[in-house]
Amino acid sequence: MTARDLERYAELFARRTRVMRSSAMRDLMAVTARPEVISLAGGLPDTSTFPPASFAAQMTRIAQESSAEALQYGPTDGFDQTKDCIAEVMAAEGMSVDREDVVVTTGAQQAIDLICKTLVDPGDVVICEAPTYPGAVPVFCSYEAEVIQVEMDENGLDTERLVEVLVRLRAERRRPKFIYTVPSFHNPAGVTLSTERRRRLVELAREHELLVCEDNPYGLLRFDGQPSEPLYALDGGDYVLYLGTFSKILSPGIRVGWVVAPPPVLEKIALGKQAADLCTSTLTQYFVREYFSEQSWQRYLESLVEIYRRRRDVMLEALERHFPRQASWTRPEGGLFLWAALPDYIDTTDLLAKALRENVAFVPGRAAYLDDRGANAMRLNFSGSTREEIREGIRRIGAVIAEQVELYETITGEHTILRASPASPSGVRGSDQERASAESGDAGEGGDVVPMRRRAEGR
Amino acid sequence: MKVAVLKGGRSLERGVSLKSAARVEDALDALGHETLPLDVGSDLVGRLRQERPEVAFIALHGPGGEDGTVQELLEILGIPYTGPGVAACGRCMDKVAAKHELREAGLPTPDWAAFNSTAFGELGAADALDEIEDRLAFPLVVKPAAQGSSLGVEFAADRAKVPAALVAAFSYDDRVLLERYVEGRELAVSVLGSEALPVVEALPRQEDFFNFEARYEIGRTEYVCPAELGSEETAEVQEIALGTYETLACSGFARVDLILGEDGPTVLEVNAIPGLTDTSLMPMAAEAAGVEFEQLVERIIALALERPAGAATLPA
Repeated sequence: MTARDLERYAELFARRTRVMRSSAMRDLMAVTARPEVISLAGGLPDTSTFPPASFAAQMTRIAQESSAEALQYGPTDGFDQTKDCIAEVMAAEGMSVDREDVVVTTGAQQAIDLICKTLVDPGDVVICEAPTYPGAVPVFCSYEAEVIQVEMDENGLDTERLVEVLVRLRAERRRPKFIYTVPSFHNPAGVTLSTERRRRLVELAREHELLVCEDNPYGLLRFDGQPSEPLYALDGGDYVLYLGTFSKILSPGIRVGWVVAPPPVLEKIALGKQAADLCTSTLTQYFVREYFSEQSWQRYLESLVEIYRRRRDVMLEALERHFPRQASWTRPEGGLFLWAALPDYIDTTDLLAKALRENVAFVPGRAAYLDDRGANAMRLNFSGSTREEIREGIRRIGAVIAEQVELYETITGEHTILRASPASPSGVRGSDQERASAESGDAGEGGDVVPMRRRAEGR
Repeated sequence: MKVAVLKGGRSLERGVSLKSAARVEDALDALGHETLPLDVGSDLVGRLRQERPEVAFIALHGPGGEDGTVQELLEILGIPYTGPGVAACGRCMDKVAAKHELREAGLPTPDWAAFNSTAFGELGAADALDEIEDRLAFPLVVKPAAQGSSLGVEFAADRAKVPAALVAAFSYDDRVLLERYVEGRELAVSVLGSEALPVVEALPRQEDFFNFEARYEIGRTEYVCPAELGSEETAEVQEIALGTYETLACSGFARVDLILGEDGPTVLEVNAIPGLTDTSLMPMAAEAAGVEFEQLVERIIALALERPAGAATLPA
């Protein structure tokens, strides 16, 4: 194929294809897949402890008892039996849901796509957190949404900042189509929306007649602290669309998720689903049914929680030991990720290149933003690597950060500080800056990071 | 003929390399050669010894594949290979060494200053930044000395931007350079054998002007080939590109990137192993000269076989 051929195709590409991730980041992420790399970049649940014998028995039973049905198309909105399993999972977090309120989707990822497909015209406003789930970014982009990202702090989405945004939008006579949020064990930030703010968010939704899309893949993966009440439970389903998935409690490979929405919205979502793929895999829905019939899903979940808790602890411990004092990070009470912020002169995309030479990888913070923010942050996954790998991985990342910090301080020691205006953050230690901004209630320009819980004293 | 295609490897440009190689492999198959694709790793020498290819097509980019390392191994194994030889690769990959050679040969290249991290850590180079910045003026460009693509290349609009730009560039290499920014048209001249191919001009979209990554994305940068230049300008640009190629003792092929500014053309860098993907500039230039991709590959191999076996550093 020649460049001219390519141009011929390129002329045919829809406008939405233009908004793609930077090639540099794509190239870097491609290298993270090398086997010698300790990757803290993926979002992978641990599937290695799922008992193969149980897997085999369930699949055998499906083959012996339901072969023809399991190999056939199914209903677009999913099987009733799948929906019963969904109801069981949602009940475990205090939600009650009827079969007719649910559409089974090909992972919750498809639900995000279908919601956008249903609600978003090019240029429409969608509100989400800053940072947001990196996997939602290409979806919002491909529907050409205008995305407004609202800051978070250690208690999740800052609802007062959200109010400011809503007021501004109202003055501009623009109605946001929905707010996308991951309230529990946020990906990538690792923080959880406080009870008070959950109430406030639901209140705001009613006041502004706003749809809230609650993406809750990790809610059941709580390691410590009290369970949080889902927005859906607080709202009763008037304004909250709920997204769930079996990916983190059973398997991401089966691609079974779901969406719960008010009937008129759900109807459109089902139509969109029909156009997208007719139905979610029948075979894997049968697998879910078989698996749930054994009544052991909560036991398996408990074993995962135990594994992840230990891995999180190891990661936090390793961060304390190996990350320089200029860094800060969140301490998640559950889920798969934490978010670390470095001094603002470090660009984590460049840092990743350096880290890859040491065979370790993370997700650069930029992936979680639609604008240029997040350059000094990174997402670290603790669910998909062993404790030894986590320790070693964090040690290596800490070492490359330390090199950059030292270099920067050497360069600026006699150079920038002398000239920088007193208000300039250059040369200010990250932790001081953070303290200053925490005191002033200001997230700070350029730092663009979720203000983190301060690290433990006296290390 | 049995042709090994060396690709992949551990460089950050692995992705581009695999794309270049896939295209080369298709061409080799179409030409009726026996193709031996090799994703280079620790078994490379063993595989080459065992397979004994008649020639190696090097489709590697970045450190390791483009800096003379693989070329040296092939010299030792006595396997002819495509593109420039060991020393030329080394000179092209090291932007600082290349600039010194060009200056000595009287060829134009923007003013610069280069440092390694030791210079800052142990020799107090930070103290000299003021003078350097005064001499080069803003905006200036900060880049790693040895990195093939746009990775780590940053504009610094003012003094405050320099330290972070240096930290970024040092992520990719232990040596970086600060270079005077030259405003002008962005041109690339590929050289095949001893012939300069038609000039390619890159026209980035306005909003991407300071975004080097955009230079590598289809749709974000438009390329024109042959570039719309007067015949004298074209001749001058090609002459400087050829002079550069010869000064750095390149052979086989290479791509010279230049800026055509107010004071005429000036050389930014030389790619010893330019990309050969669908969107790469060298195939585009060859096509403009009437050389289809397969012919280009055949010619590159012929040039590899013509080159006297050579600068092996081990006694025979």
